Amino acid sequence: MVCETRDMKIVAVCGAGIGTSVLLKMNAEKVLRTLGLTATVEAADIETARASRDAQIMLTTPEIVDKLQGLPSEVIAIDHVFDLTEISEKLAKAML
Amino acid sequence: MSLLLGALGPGSVLLDRVAQDWESAVRLVGDGLVASSRTTPAYTDAMVATIKDLGPYIVIAPGLAMPHARPGDAVLATGMSLVVLREPVSFGNSKNDPVRVLFGLAAQDHDKHLELLSEFAGKFSQPDFVKSLLSCRSEDEIRQLFA
Repeated sequence: MVCETRDMKIVAVCGAGIGTSVLLKMNAEKVLRTLGLTATVEAADIETARASRDAQIMLTTPEIVDKLQGLPSEVIAIDHVFDLTEISEKLAKAML
Repeated sequence: MSLLLGALGPGSVLLDRVAQDWESAVRLVGDGLVASSRTTPAYTDAMVATIKDLGPYIVIAPGLAMPHARPGDAVLATGMSLVVLREPVSFGNSKNDPVRVLFGLAAQDHDKHLELLSEFAGKFSQPDFVKSLLSCRSEDEIRQLFA
């Protein structure tokens, strides 16, 4: 079965928007390719992420989750930013 | 030369250091960035403040922290610093503590360091890369790991 191509937007979020979020974005893109899924992935700081209303998923680390409450997006916490298996399982659960 | 090697300027690699707590460890990371002329000391304060404000989210993998703050006037050039601690410190990150390896990151803007981080991710996605790094006994050995 071919996965339906959805116009999904994922925002990877960290405090400054230059480090952790960028690593999360890169690894999420790798995982999406492996899963055969299409989505736009952006890296952002918390304020920018909070202003974003069109993201289906926010990808972040456990400490940041509370700062993203009240948004329409599903918030996924990643413990180990380089663990592609963890990212893959959590993203697949949210997207499929 | 890899981007990672270029990012680690002279004076930015601090091995076998002693830190009493996470803040001292992050300040050592800042010292490495200042010594290699990548940041001013204000950036060190900003890294500490970010962690106090948002929690230890910069502990991104087991044993590994990547302190950083926003681009701004305190960043003179994009770069990294590396601190390896003699004894690990705890950041209060339940999954990834304790930490012995810290990579400081300073970025001039939101784009110029992306390839650098891509190299960084490539290295640390290898299983046991932190372990290999900890087995290095000199800066030369570390630099070979990033070559």
